[in-house]
Parts: sequence; C-alpha cells; structure tokens
Amino acid sequence: MSKNQASAAGSFRDKLKNLTDTNLLLAITIIVFFLMYLGAVLFQGGGFLKPQAFFNILSANAALVILSCGLSLVMITGGIDISVGGVTALISMCCAVYLDFHGGNVMTSAVIALAIGLGFGLFQGFLVAYLDIQPFIVTLAGMFFARGLTTIVNTKPFNVANEAFTKLKMTRVTVPFMGSVNKRGIYVDAYVEIGVAVAVLVVILMFCFLRWTKLGRSFYAVGGNAQSALMLGINVKRTRFISHVLCGLLAGIGGFVYFLHVGSGSASHAAGAEMDAIASSIIGGTMLTGGVGNIAGTFFGVLSLGTIQNIVSSAGLDQAWWSGITRAVMLCLFLVIQSVVMARKKKA
Amino acid sequence: MKKENSIFMKIVRNQCFIPLMALLLLVVFNLIADPGFFKITLADNSAGNPILSGFLITILDSGSELAILAIGMTLVTAASGGQDISVGAAVAIAGSVLLRVLCGTNSRPETLQAPIIAAFLVSCVAAMLFGAFNGVLVAYFKIQPMIATLILYTAGRSIAAWINNNELPVISEPSFKYFGEFIPGIPIPTPFFIAVACMIVTALALKFTNLRLYTQAVGINQSSSRLNGLNPAVIKVMSFVILGVCVAVVALIKVSRIATINYSVIAKDIEMDAILAVALGGNALSGGRFNMAASIIGAYVIQFLTTTLYKFKVQSDALPAYKAVVVIVLVVVSAPVVREWFAGFSKKFMKREAA
Repeated sequence: MSKNQASAAGSFRDKLKNLTDTNLLLAITIIVFFLMYLGAVLFQGGGFLKPQAFFNILSANAALVILSCGLSLVMITGGIDISVGGVTALISMCCAVYLDFHGGNVMTSAVIALAIGLGFGLFQGFLVAYLDIQPFIVTLAGMFFARGLTTIVNTKPFNVANEAFTKLKMTRVTVPFMGSVNKRGIYVDAYVEIGVAVAVLVVILMFCFLRWTKLGRSFYAVGGNAQSALMLGINVKRTRFISHVLCGLLAGIGGFVYFLHVGSGSASHAAGAEMDAIASSIIGGTMLTGGVGNIAGTFFGVLSLGTIQNIVSSAGLDQAWWSGITRAVMLCLFLVIQSVVMARKKKA
Repeated sequence: MKKENSIFMKIVRNQCFIPLMALLLLVVFNLIADPGFFKITLADNSAGNPILSGFLITILDSGSELAILAIGMTLVTAASGGQDISVGAAVAIAGSVLLRVLCGTNSRPETLQAPIIAAFLVSCVAAMLFGAFNGVLVAYFKIQPMIATLILYTAGRSIAAWINNNELPVISEPSFKYFGEFIPGIPIPTPFFIAVACMIVTALALKFTNLRLYTQAVGINQSSSRLNGLNPAVIKVMSFVILGVCVAVVALIKVSRIATINYSVIAKDIEMDAILAVALGGNALSGGRFNMAASIIGAYVIQFLTTTLYKFKVQSDALPAYKAVVVIVLVVVSAPVVREWFAGFSKKFMKREAA
C-alpha cells in the first residue's frame, strides 16, 4: 500500500501521520494490550507468565471473540447489533432443553443454534436494510424479544446431562510447544477448549473476508460513505443486509460455543455480552461511525477485556460490581480516545 | 361531505390519535376478555385508610412513573436524535444515593438521618450529574446517544450497589412511604399527583420558555441552529440533565414504594418502556419535532398493556418479548418506506374505485 512507500524514508512522526485510521487505532489497541499484560505479570506475579494463563483467558472468551467479530462486521458498515447477548442466552436455553428434555443429539443442536442466529440476522437485517429503520431500535427489540423468549422456553436454569454433549464439552485441544513444567517437574501440555479452535477459525476467515473479497471491501465503502458507495455501484441495501445476516450467523456460532463452555441453559446467561462485544470492537479500533475497523483489532480487544477481568478477579476485587465498572471505564476511555483521534485527524 | 372528511383527517393526523387508538384497542380487548378488569373498589388498607384498588388504579399508579420518564426521554430524543438507555440504571443510582443520605452509615436507622427533601435534592444532583456525563459524551465527544449511555447502562447498577456498600438499607419511617403509596385520607395513589405536578411544570416550561423551540431546532438541523446563534451542545446536555431530574423523581417513587432498594431489579427494563412510550406517541425516534402530550398518553398506554399482560398471567421475565413485538410493529408501521408503500397502494386502490 501507499503508506509503506511513503514512510520508507520518513521519520517516526511521518509514519504516524501516514497511518490509516484502521492501523492507528489497531496499533493503540495492541500496545494497550501488551502494556496491560506486562502490568499483570509485574503486579500479579508469574502466574500470568505461563502460557496456560493466556490460554485460559482465550478459552473463557472464545464465544465473545466470535460475537465481537459479528459486531465488528455490522459496525464497519455503520450499523449496530445489541441483540447478540439475548440470542446467545436463547440458544443456550433452546439447545439445553432440546438435548435434555427431547433427547436430541449434539449435531442437531448445533444446527438449531445456527438457525436461531440466522433467523434473527435475516429478520433484523431486513428491517434495517430494506425498511430503513434505525438498527439500534430494531436490535434493542431483538434483545428484549430473545431474553423474553428464553424465559418462555424454560424458566429455571439447569445443567445439561446429555452424555455426548458432556464428552464434547470436555474435549481439549493441545497446543504444541507451549506446555510448561509443573511443580513436580512433569511436563504438562498446554490446552485450550474446542471453542477456541472455532473462534480462531472464525477470526481468520473474517479477516480474509474483509481484506481480500469484493464484498468485504464494500462493507468498508458502505460504512465510510453510503452515498459515494452507492455512486460506485455498490448495492448498499444488500451490503447492510448481508452484514446483519453474517452477524446473526456468527451470533449463532458464538451462542453454541458459549453453550459448550458453560454447559447449561439459563435466562441470565450472557448478561451484558452485547456490551462486551461492542466494547471489544471499539477497543479493537472499530469506529462506531462506520468504515473503519479490523478483525485482528477486535481479537486483541477481547483479549484486553479478558485480561482486565482476570486482573480484577485475581486482585481480590471479585465483588460483582467491579467487573461492571472496570468494563464501562474501559469502554468510556476508548470511546473518548476514538473521538479525540478522529477530531485531530479531521483538523490535520 | 368534504368538510366532514377534513375534520376526520384532522383527527387522524393528530399525534395523539395513535396512542389513543392503541388505548381504545386495549380497552375493547379487555372488555371482551373480562369486564372485571375495569372494577374499582374502595376499601381500607392495613393502616385503616380508605384507598382505591383495581387494575385501573394500578395503571394510574405505575404509569405515572413511566409518564415522568417519558417527559425527559421525549426531550432527549428530540434534541439528540437518540435515546438514553441508561435510565433504569440511573434510577438505581439515584435511589441508592437517596437511601444513603437518609440512612447515613447505619443501614437500619431508627430515625432518618436527614430530611427527605434534602435527600431528594442530593439524589437529584447526583442524577443530574450522571445525565450531564451522558450529555457531554453525546454533545462534545459526538458519540451516538445509545452507545454513550450504554456505558452507564452497564456500570450503573454496579455503581448503585457500590454507593451503599452492597447493603440494602431499610427505612422504617412511615411518612417516607407517602411518596410511593398513599397519603392518609387520600384514596388516589400519590405517584399520580407527582406525575401531574411534573406535567404542569413541563407544560409551563414549554409554554413560557424557548425550550420547545430550541430543542426542536437542534433536533431538526444542528448546523443551521448553530448558524442561528444557538449552541447545540449546550441544548443537548441540558436535555440529558432534565432527564436526570425526571430520573430522580422516579427513583424517589420507586424507593418509597418498598422503603428499600434492590439494585438488580429496581426499574428493570424501564428504558424499553420509556422509549416505547415516546415511539407510541408518534414522535420520530430520529429527533426533531415532538409532542409531549402524546408521549405521556403513550406512557399510560404502555402501562395498560403491561397490566393487561400481567392479568393474563404472563411472567414478568417474559414481558419484554411481547413488548418487543409491539415495538417492531410500531417502528415498521411508522417507517417511511412502509408508509410510502401504503400510500402508493391506497392511491392505486382509489383509482380503481373511481374507474
């Protein structure tokens, strides 16, 4: 790209100036993540140094990674989707009821999860893209609908006892070369949950999709300036529609991965997941105004949130309110950073 | 014939028409399903005071909270073109501050540590500050209102719990209950009077100040209002601060009802109802012109719907699903694309009729 050629001989300042919005915000995110992890290692001791600590954060946040990818897609086209948390809860409840009360098998439950997510995506996408209704209102209704429906499906939370499911839930993927030696001097392999494999696959696929496909590029065009995208011959409505459908589909996958992680159905599952996903995308450098964003950044955004969560809980501040407050502070901080960065860019 | 038609059209065009039609629909539905819905009885309560009870009184009672919030929400919607989704969390914060001032450090005081009015003023200031926080994010940092308020939406209940050290103070003073229940000797629930007072203040403010003009000007076209010498940012922040006052009043009623607080349950999902009230009142959710009376009627209609659903034994957790359907129907019907489509359709129909 042109920025590489321009900055080849330039000083650091020039480099900074020539960074695209996407790369600048991404750079901020990655730096913040590494600083935070470094801080965790310094203040919380060596626990964070072991690769397994990092993989645990990954395992716990695999579903969030997938949900955030979906949100990034929608946000890049200038929309928003706050129904993903509700959809996740609905999926976990439906799958749990199907597996335990109706004796279903795991594959079919995965299909159910995808179908629910896709259904929400199609319906919301249609309302937003073709009927031109504010995405926030549509998906707010979607969120309340999904949460309400979850209680209608089944009121009480319960654990799934299905054998095939528990077997899949306990499946671990070993990560080569990352194991560590435990206290007795025995080498233990590092492992991640199966959801992480799915999440990594989704991240890679979505990254390639946004970067190298025609449709992916048109997402940026529509989010950046819908009017000029229209003049370039891009089907703006269809692009918006597809972004919501993809987000719904990813919510379906994420919902199933979440279900695989917790192994139970409850109406209070994934409370505030939409908020976490939006926060991760924003921390990852996706602009709320659309047109700017990067899936790699989103991935680091989720990791940053997960690390904060871990620091908060290992610092003994595990009272419920702390995690809410820290997350909100993070989001607030990054929103303001974005706003300031963009204002400066505009001036320059 | 033609004149009649025009009067009919005038009524239909009036913004209050939509919520009143919805109300009529609900009333008819309830009349058919069970006329007992409209029964009001006068009986003595446990303290020996005569009070009215019945489903209609419940609507008047709980709908008043919603009406107060709808006033602020209408202003925010008109000025900023977005909605505040943190009102529920803000009510929790204001209620928590109120209890904190009333109880001091002791969570079960024998006597109140401060006069109720002072505590209310402090909670009012707190709610206004949080409103101003939202407003500054929206107006000066140019963040979409719903995203900006998402911050407080997540953190609000945690902050509320933190203010009182996660304790649940209980107030035993009987006069504190007057605000949320009944004043001895008056059989109508107090929240209704509070709501009426708020409505009168709002009506006076809209009548005698430039509040309506400025808010609408900023909502309709921000840059042209700036060229006309208004400061859009200040107007936006002000609308959020006014919503803060409404939130504090609702918090007083809510906390007074149960004389204590439950951080995770108080005013839960009320943001949805408040937004719904504004939408049902026919106000554009994208800002601009507004009709306060329609919003207030909308609020009572929403409460009517809620109470009807409760009567049919719908669980409180499942309520949002039904309301979400109402929201979707409302926004779809009022979407410009759908309206155009309908207009085209009816024109075609008329033509065929004429031929």
